[in-house]
Amino acid sequence: MQVPAQVEYEKASSVEQALALLARYAPGARILAGGHSLIPMMKLRLAQPEVLIDINAITGLRYIEPTADELRIGALARHADLLAATVAGENFAILHDAERVIADPVVRQWGTIGGSLCQADPSEDLSAAFAALKGSMIIHGPDGSREVSARAFHTGPYQTVVAPDEMLTEIRLPIRLDGGSAYMKVARRIGDWPIGAAGAAVWLTAGGDRIADVGIGLTAVGATHFVAAEAEEFLRGRPVTDETLAQAGEIAAEHCRPGSDQRGPADYKRHLVRELTARVLRRAVSRARGQAS
Amino acid sequence: MKITVTVNGTDYARVVEPRLLLIHFLRDELRLTGSHWGCDTSNCGACVVWLDETPVKSCTVLAVMADGRRITTIEGLPRNGALDPVQEAFAACHGLQCGFCTPGMIMTARWLLDQNPDPSPEEIREAISGQVCRCTGYENIVRSVRWAAKHDGRAGDRAGGDGA
Amino acid sequence: MTGAYGPRPRKEDARFIRGQGTFVDDIAVPGMLHGAILRSPLAHARIVSVDVTAALAHPAVVAVLTGDDLAERGMAWMPTVFGDVQAVLATDKVRFQGQEVAFVVATDRYTARDALELIAVDYEPLPPLMDALTALDPGAPVVREDLPGGNRIFDWSAGDKAATDAAFAAADVVVGCDMIYPRSHPAPLETCGAIAEYEAVGGRLTLTVTSQAPHAHRTMYAAITGLPEHKIRIVSPDLGGGFGAKVPVYPGYLCAIAASMATGRPVKWVEDRSENLMSTTFARDYHMHGEIAATADGEILALRATVLADHGAFNAAAQPSKFPAGFFHIFTGSYQTRAAYCEVTGVFTNKAPGGVAYSCSFRITEAVYLVERLTDMLARELGMDPAELRMRNLLRPEQFPYTTPSGWQYDSGDYPRALRLALDMAGYDDLRREQAERRARGEYMGIGLSFFTEGVGAGPRSQMDILGLAMSDGADLRVHPTGKAVLAISVQTQGQGHETTFAQLVANELGISPDDVDVVHGDTDRTPFGLGTYGSRSTPVSGAAAVVAATRVRDRARVVAAAMLEVAADDLEWLDGKWRVRGDPDLGFGIAEIAQAAHSTIELPAGVEGHLDASAVYNPPNLTFPFGAYICVTDVDPGTGEVRVRRFIAVDDCGVRINPMIVEGQVHRGLADGIGIALMQSIVFDETGNCLSGSFMDYLLPTSLECPSPELGETVTPSPHHPVGAKGIGESATVGSPAAVVNSVVDALAPFGVVHADMPLTPGNVWRAIQGRPVRTDLSLS
Repeated sequence: MQVPAQVEYEKASSVEQALALLARYAPGARILAGGHSLIPMMKLRLAQPEVLIDINAITGLRYIEPTADELRIGALARHADLLAATVAGENFAILHDAERVIADPVVRQWGTIGGSLCQADPSEDLSAAFAALKGSMIIHGPDGSREVSARAFHTGPYQTVVAPDEMLTEIRLPIRLDGGSAYMKVARRIGDWPIGAAGAAVWLTAGGDRIADVGIGLTAVGATHFVAAEAEEFLRGRPVTDETLAQAGEIAAEHCRPGSDQRGPADYKRHLVRELTARVLRRAVSRARGQAS
Repeated sequence: MKITVTVNGTDYARVVEPRLLLIHFLRDELRLTGSHWGCDTSNCGACVVWLDETPVKSCTVLAVMADGRRITTIEGLPRNGALDPVQEAFAACHGLQCGFCTPGMIMTARWLLDQNPDPSPEEIREAISGQVCRCTGYENIVRSVRWAAKHDGRAGDRAGGDGA
Repeated sequence: MTGAYGPRPRKEDARFIRGQGTFVDDIAVPGMLHGAILRSPLAHARIVSVDVTAALAHPAVVAVLTGDDLAERGMAWMPTVFGDVQAVLATDKVRFQGQEVAFVVATDRYTARDALELIAVDYEPLPPLMDALTALDPGAPVVREDLPGGNRIFDWSAGDKAATDAAFAAADVVVGCDMIYPRSHPAPLETCGAIAEYEAVGGRLTLTVTSQAPHAHRTMYAAITGLPEHKIRIVSPDLGGGFGAKVPVYPGYLCAIAASMATGRPVKWVEDRSENLMSTTFARDYHMHGEIAATADGEILALRATVLADHGAFNAAAQPSKFPAGFFHIFTGSYQTRAAYCEVTGVFTNKAPGGVAYSCSFRITEAVYLVERLTDMLARELGMDPAELRMRNLLRPEQFPYTTPSGWQYDSGDYPRALRLALDMAGYDDLRREQAERRARGEYMGIGLSFFTEGVGAGPRSQMDILGLAMSDGADLRVHPTGKAVLAISVQTQGQGHETTFAQLVANELGISPDDVDVVHGDTDRTPFGLGTYGSRSTPVSGAAAVVAATRVRDRARVVAAAMLEVAADDLEWLDGKWRVRGDPDLGFGIAEIAQAAHSTIELPAGVEGHLDASAVYNPPNLTFPFGAYICVTDVDPGTGEVRVRRFIAVDDCGVRINPMIVEGQVHRGLADGIGIALMQSIVFDETGNCLSGSFMDYLLPTSLECPSPELGETVTPSPHHPVGAKGIGESATVGSPAAVVNSVVDALAPFGVVHADMPLTPGNVWRAIQGRPVRTDLSLS
């Protein structure tokens, strides 16, 4: 088995201490949470940080808590926590759809939500899910905390707006009425990274026949910030029909930029966007209307 | 770096490099070779042990992350010399052939039964879906866990099972 | 008598369920050093220089070996199992990505890995040859300038060309197809490795190694190292799977040996997964063009095939030396045919060497896939149900032993009965009805059949050899004074349960409990010579040897019992586990009592020297021919290309079943192999020579969720020439299952006009097939 290069190690027991260590060792320091994104990269020596800052001892960062109008997810919440959280599944079915097909049950015990988002793999399912839900990220740094939209958080493959001396601490999802969401993923095998995936969150007008608001997230197909912005814009205000939903899929497919690789050819990935976007929209609408999930 | 780890009920104090993987610490440092490794990318699950009662792919955590914590390996599963029903099940139902994936499968199966004493075949397949077996085609592993569920006197018996 | 046969739990499980197996990497020897291999990042390049100065300066590095260092010992090149040579550490060129270039020896495995980065190699890149179809084009990069044939390794043919051409010319219907059997890899869960201990004073080498063929290895190491063979001991401990991956001698083993010689200390080398996938023996990689000729009413007349075989950079395909394409010419399958002819051309490419591995029964996987795909395509062309077409053409029981147009003599079989049983178990007619109903609703399910015959248990000696070592296997059976027995065999289990089945074989012959028979294997100091376990040889060959040895023990016991009872040997009959006086069955003795007597002071009869022990070397008169009928039901989502395997029905006939539980376990595995191979497994490269399948993130293996609960059935047609009628089962399901899966998917997609689609049927490949723009699945990008 491949093994990491030499690295130094520090343990933080508070956010303040973690930030102090980051400031001291930046830019060669990396946060170590579940380690299930970072350690595999270190073993392959694709990542060679100089210092690891282990934040697992920080209490108070592992939670999934509703407030009056938000669901707040601590960055150290594990994938398994999110999958088990009824409050997450009831309000955001897209999250459970996605978590069910992320990695495997043992890895989900350890990988953290914050870790996955900050790893910023272009194939990370949660990135698209949070983008569709129009969530936001709370980032702590030397000057305090700031809030960044989930739809601006990722700036490129393996790149986020989190600076070397900052740390993601929380993800917030607005809880809104009359919504429904869904996620669908196609992979070469269960547990594999997606060839392509789509997630949608829709909020309907009072009569349930028009799209009041919509978020569409796309994974692994080169969508900027994981968002299908043009398809979203097309759908807003439109009636909910098979034709408009299919048209949204067409627009999403037109504007993404998939590449050919060993997971699949680009034209197939583009087709997947077309197909899956329409399917998740249909399912999200169905859930918004309180019909069978 | 100095760490203290409790493995199968015994405390060990060792000096290790921060980069040392937990699987290598267990196998090479403590000579507990029952847990195995089979890949480079956290896919195969031959290395599954429990870290504080939760199964983990021990190739994907550093030994230093286990400092002050409890680890259980296949060697620690028997109680007072008696095999765990899951271990007996694998032998009774031909749930192993070469035996290389077996410790990891047994650890995950034992944890599953502690959470869910009567899992369906689908639930069993889901629970082990992150672990590879090249010999059995999985069918007899599923049957083994069903057998263990029917013969399990130990569900709910594990101390400290508060699931961190 | 089958008293000891049956589904008993395995003796070897006691250690494995406790985590007390002993695999190579579990072993630590005092003073042991760790080795790591520096591998080429390029698929084709000249080596300009190798600078190890910085690595040697590392305080924890004890030695560094390069190709030049090995050349001084005559060990830079080694023979392959097929008479070619392979570089141990590259001297002039590197010829595949991952090829071995240098070997670092350090005090611990982490340092050894670090030190690889301290070695500076200057490469001069050369254009790589990655597409086998261009290997024989003028101007193609030459992989092996050391050989005269350019990139051509061999041309080989079998069958009767004239008769075949005539049959095709006279046929009403001819169906042809290009199909790839993609490169895959056996990927046992335990990677390969070795601990070399060279002891200079006595000149002895002990190699603890992942080897399926310890004695053949020993003979090869003697040839390669120059050490006398009686000073070499090969020990194969527990092996975590083999599937052919652990047959060859790998450069890493020789590096460990050379390093132990150089340092005077034990050296352990164990590869990581990427090394395993990128450099150890691959499997398959056959580009096939097949044609089937038939009458208008569905009688198969002839088969024809042309194959381009991609062998990688060195010809290391492990098969008997007379057969450069293995047993591919068994490709007429299970049907009566009048004529057949095939041509196989082997070529070099800039990829890792190998080709014969992964339960292929020496290329029978390729042959069965071809004929079963062609049969389905013929059925489609004729508008016939594929089950009906097969039933019409299957060999009939009264035709056995049957000699095929390509020269194989099938020993026994009732094929129609097996197919009928599979169809009944599947509820075939109901499935076809369901399929029609679903199609009307726009849902696509497929039903795929595969009927296979395979030939295993290689021997006889006169026909089958590996590097001149004839393929027979030995067994030594000792019976102690207290009646406990030890059986030493030359084959090597990697999970198949030899410690149990062989105990059952012997116990059955001797009338004792299998618990009273210990099976010893894997240590060349303690076991008789043989060619090892692969090609499902163990039961047909070594099992036969064990039975013959046990029979000799029993015959010797008869003579002693006669002396004990003061009767003539002919007055005794073997009944219920004892030699008993005919007509007076209460007078008799079992093996334990007789063994004690043989060791006692009694006057021993002629032919008995003081024990009952016996040996045998079994020379099989022929292969044995297990067979089976498989049915796979899939559901396909044409919108995404996703395939789900809903059901897998498998009827197997492996002759007499010694331990049915173990037999079924072997079938379970092979069905999972078929799902993986058909849907997701392949080793692919890009055009610059990068292997894109160097980890389990991309070389995908089926999990518990992809494999349905298999439905197994059996028929039993004993082998007429095997001592107990057993045929062998280890590879059958891997041989038979891929075609069933592919036939099922193609069947599902029939409404879209899909006639063939190549493996692996990933979602993207399926979707492209539906669009009429199939991808070439052996290349990475399309």
